[in-house]
Amino acid sequence: MKIPLSWLRDYVEIDLSLEELARRLTMAGLEVEEIRLVGLPMPPANPTGIPHEFNYTGLSWEPDKIVVAQIDEVMPHPNADRLVLCRLNDGTAEQTVLTGAPNLFEYKGRGPLPAPLKVAYAKEGARIYDGHQPGQVLTTLKRAKIRGIESYSMVCSEKELGISEEHEGIIILDADAPTGMPLVDYMGDAVLDISILPNMARNACVLGVAREVSALTGRPLRLPERRVPAIGPAVEGLARIEISEPEYNPRFTLGLIRGVKPQPSPYWVQRRLRLAGMRPINSIVDATNYVMLETCQPLHAFDYGVLTRRAGGKAPTILTRRAAPGEKLTTLDGVERSLDEFTVLVCDTAGALSIAGVMGGAESEVTEATTDVLLEGASWNFINIRRTVGAQKLNSEAAYRFARGVHPELAPYGVQLGLERMALWSGGQIAAGLVDAYPLPQADPEVALTAQDVTRALDIHLSLEEIAALLSRLGFTCRTEGETLYAKTPPNRLDIGEGLVGRADLIEEIARLVGFDNLPYTRLADPLPPPVEEDSTLWAEEHLRDVLAGLGLREVITFRMTSAEREARLYLPGSPELEAPYIRLANPISPERAVMRRSLLASVLEVLERNIRLRDRLAFFEIGPVFLPVEGQTLPDEAGRVVIALSGRREVPAWNEAASGNMDFYDLKGIIESLLDGLHIRGAEYEPAGSDIFHPGKCARVRLGEQVLGVFGELHPIVKARYDFLAAPVLAADLHLSALLEASPAGYTASSVSPYPPVLEDLAVVVDEAIPAGQVAEAIRQGGGRLLAGVRLFDIYRGEQIGPGKKSLAYNLTYQAPDRTLTDQDAAGIRQRIIRRLEQDLGARLRS
Amino acid sequence: MDELQSLEQAQAAALAALEAVNDEAALEAWRIAHLGRSAPVMLAFSRLGQAPKELRPQIGQAANRVKQALEEAFAARAQALKEAALQRSLTAERLDVTLPGRRPAQGSLHIETQTLREMYRIFGEMGFQVFRAPDVETDENNFTALNIPPYHPARDMWDTFYTTNPGVLLRTHTSPGQIRAMRQFAPQPIRVVLPGMCYRYEQASSRKDIQFTQVELLAVGYHITFGDFKGTLRDFAQRIFGESLRTRLRPSYFPFTEPSAEMDVECVICRGKGCALCKGSGWLEIMGCGMVHPTVLQNGGYDPAKFSGFAAGIGPGRVAMLRHAIEDLRAFYINDVRFLEQF
Ligand SMILES: [Zn+2]
Repeated sequence: MKIPLSWLRDYVEIDLSLEELARRLTMAGLEVEEIRLVGLPMPPANPTGIPHEFNYTGLSWEPDKIVVAQIDEVMPHPNADRLVLCRLNDGTAEQTVLTGAPNLFEYKGRGPLPAPLKVAYAKEGARIYDGHQPGQVLTTLKRAKIRGIESYSMVCSEKELGISEEHEGIIILDADAPTGMPLVDYMGDAVLDISILPNMARNACVLGVAREVSALTGRPLRLPERRVPAIGPAVEGLARIEISEPEYNPRFTLGLIRGVKPQPSPYWVQRRLRLAGMRPINSIVDATNYVMLETCQPLHAFDYGVLTRRAGGKAPTILTRRAAPGEKLTTLDGVERSLDEFTVLVCDTAGALSIAGVMGGAESEVTEATTDVLLEGASWNFINIRRTVGAQKLNSEAAYRFARGVHPELAPYGVQLGLERMALWSGGQIAAGLVDAYPLPQADPEVALTAQDVTRALDIHLSLEEIAALLSRLGFTCRTEGETLYAKTPPNRLDIGEGLVGRADLIEEIARLVGFDNLPYTRLADPLPPPVEEDSTLWAEEHLRDVLAGLGLREVITFRMTSAEREARLYLPGSPELEAPYIRLANPISPERAVMRRSLLASVLEVLERNIRLRDRLAFFEIGPVFLPVEGQTLPDEAGRVVIALSGRREVPAWNEAASGNMDFYDLKGIIESLLDGLHIRGAEYEPAGSDIFHPGKCARVRLGEQVLGVFGELHPIVKARYDFLAAPVLAADLHLSALLEASPAGYTASSVSPYPPVLEDLAVVVDEAIPAGQVAEAIRQGGGRLLAGVRLFDIYRGEQIGPGKKSLAYNLTYQAPDRTLTDQDAAGIRQRIIRRLEQDLGARLRS
Repeated sequence: MDELQSLEQAQAAALAALEAVNDEAALEAWRIAHLGRSAPVMLAFSRLGQAPKELRPQIGQAANRVKQALEEAFAARAQALKEAALQRSLTAERLDVTLPGRRPAQGSLHIETQTLREMYRIFGEMGFQVFRAPDVETDENNFTALNIPPYHPARDMWDTFYTTNPGVLLRTHTSPGQIRAMRQFAPQPIRVVLPGMCYRYEQASSRKDIQFTQVELLAVGYHITFGDFKGTLRDFAQRIFGESLRTRLRPSYFPFTEPSAEMDVECVICRGKGCALCKGSGWLEIMGCGMVHPTVLQNGGYDPAKFSGFAAGIGPGRVAMLRHAIEDLRAFYINDVRFLEQF
């Protein structure tokens, strides 16, 4: 909301600096986003050395160089038809000024003007905006010869002075502007651009902000006075109102003014409208907009003559109703609109006139020929207006306010102010009285509050009188009964609730007026609440992150929105995953981000792909959810996944070392084993797994008992080829977070280190090629029993010495007892048991 | 006395020869020549039996003296040569210490994780525990239960991603977690931290992305005041940004809190003097917060006549940006390794 300072001053005295005013408003919840100077000087920097806290734009007018002047005569230019010469008085001397302003041509060659034209005059050296360049480009007025005539000064347009973009003609000031006065003193201004919070719709107008300033500074609020008496024949009987559904249209008020002449509004009115961001139209439409900017109450002016004609010469009846199925209306912007069943229309007996609260229709609009105006001030259900605005994709200043709520009490007030402005700016006579239908009166809550409530919420002690004084400044009517204050909501706001909600609303207002920064700081004194189980799950997950980072992996966090096509890269044809259902977005921001991911692996592989040429070794992990729709369940399962992706060198290459080999399946398996160790998960088993992602021979499933913890392996060559990867294998793991965390014991015990020396020996066994190494190690462990403290595979041999279809596995074995030194016989016994077990279970033989 | 004289001469000659010895091989040759089996002093010992009986002790003592002297001289020379050799090899093995080191493969945690943990830690010390809620939410939890009914003007504050399933959306903030936590724990008092990924349908820019992590704070209890809320948040802001930084609270509006506020912290770059980061104001907006709205308490299962509480929302992304001078928030989820390696 753009609030011109000069307009604000109509209603409240302001003796704060611009900077201080903006700060007070901001700290009361009316955040000033920008201050646009329209003539006023830039405030001096703060003495503490802190420059302006607010963002200033605009132009300051130099008092000695830009003044009010009067044009006494407009003369033709001797050498140019499109230029005129003005005989002008700037208060000190007579000047000749050259201009091409079209709005002076009507005075050309008329001799001395009977009523001089008041203009904004910029002298040589004045800094103004260049009127001929787009946007705002500063320029300094210099002496020049134009078509043989010397030019050193200028009569200005609004654009040149930074008032608006208007550059069609020069500004013609109101006739009472004092010649010679610095223009900044006459109409220097600043516009505060205030962001209006949704619960402060009442402040989307100058009076609303003035009321806040009054409440914050204690200066009285001066409401606009009405001076034009309504002495025309009463409107009663000249128009009727029928409201079909009061819940959509609680109030509808009509006033009448006859004998108006639409014309350009006074300059100061046009200037204020422009500063507030609206375009002047004519003195009738301007009056409606002016009152809306002033009070928040939107008004709509009907040509009364047109309505009467549509009613067949009789007094028109205005009806409000919801649109009929299939009903259409052409709005002022020339668009024919299909209406929804919730759209409310303002109609007369001949048909629809406008979309209530949003936009008028063309036929009944005020034109240059209008003489009688029927003025509407109404209130509408704000939720319904919002729906209409959304459905019609149509917005307007009126709809902006109605959609946030306009109090019904403002309707007659706004109509009366509007009629008054019309009479002042367009002539005419105001009909006595109003036609006012108010079938659903607004119940303004009266809220009970005690001093203790305030103390309990805000930690400050205020007496009931002090509380009442604060609330009265905002217009609340307060009365006390015993220890309780009853504050009646003023008839300009809809944001105060009933009961406990109302109490919270009032406490907020008190806090705002006292100033949030003036309230004390305290620390939570309540006893600590009981533990939240979720907290320990989180920390288990964080521990897992530490384990993975400790294994040399970098954590990534990826987008959770993706597309089915992106994820389809991961699967071989025929994979059931390609048919799996997604959580789909109804309004995706792009086709690339249209569904919630089902695969975290797909996201992490994209990261690997993006970085593949940046480093010789890449190792990433992410822990996060995937989104799996479940039949009959409103919300999807958000299953946690742990994904690892590796590619490139095993070690970071160094200058003095030959490059290491590329990471392969066993590098990834080592990470998985270490990861399980980090979680103290014992007894996990690995088995070959089929997969539609991985190489069929280089893929394993890791299980703990019946619980599958995940799969990992080398990407299938077909899948890998779909990505921009290099020659090195791409390894990936897709693990289930909850399975890992559940498998991880809540506690674990450490065993003491035996002080007795271990017996170390090697054992090489020959087995059939088809027997997995895991089974051999398991047989060794079973055979060795509790005295076997370590089994480490150190070599695999295949070759002629052992014959085809066989392999030799060589192990370092460690035997150790916790309570004694093992003898040679002990060691031999263990070895014998191991060998026997290997022979029995696996048909193995010792390699000699 | 020929024997005694020749012993002395042999000693003098040997010591003189030792002076010229400069390496291990020469030293060994010297040892063989002067202390070996056929060295003069050794021969003197073997001739001892032929000497006159009365002279034998005298010659024997002299030979012993010479032998001992030569042995000592030999040991000293050997030691000196060893030290010299060590010195030479140390000099020869000198490295260029400015050559790059050999690095182990390095892992790391995402900056967002690191920032989140620091927030958990600070809030944890104040008694707040983590409680998580899903990304895909119901309209009821995300809006309606938070005092934002359908078509309420406040819905304009969030540009929402809806799913094709009616009434199901991507949460626009972590606040639905408030409802979930309250409904789980009411009527017990709670202090929880609600972290999570949130989604907004808006044009991504250096300051915001369509997906972002938010951390919400919620305390509900019997005696919680506006002052507690101010104090807790100021403590947090100062601990994460710096003890000396001032904070301020501006009134704001959120449907689920009342009073509602924005907390600003003094600009971490210019310390209030005004700079490009704070757009000259000297302040940075870091969180939206407020006292829990009575309607929300009610919806969460607490009696608003007895309970009060506060809530605050803050973005770890924003915190990290301010602390590490990260210019573009969008770098977070792109995961360029050159970005990740810096944290
Ligand atoms: Zn700054």
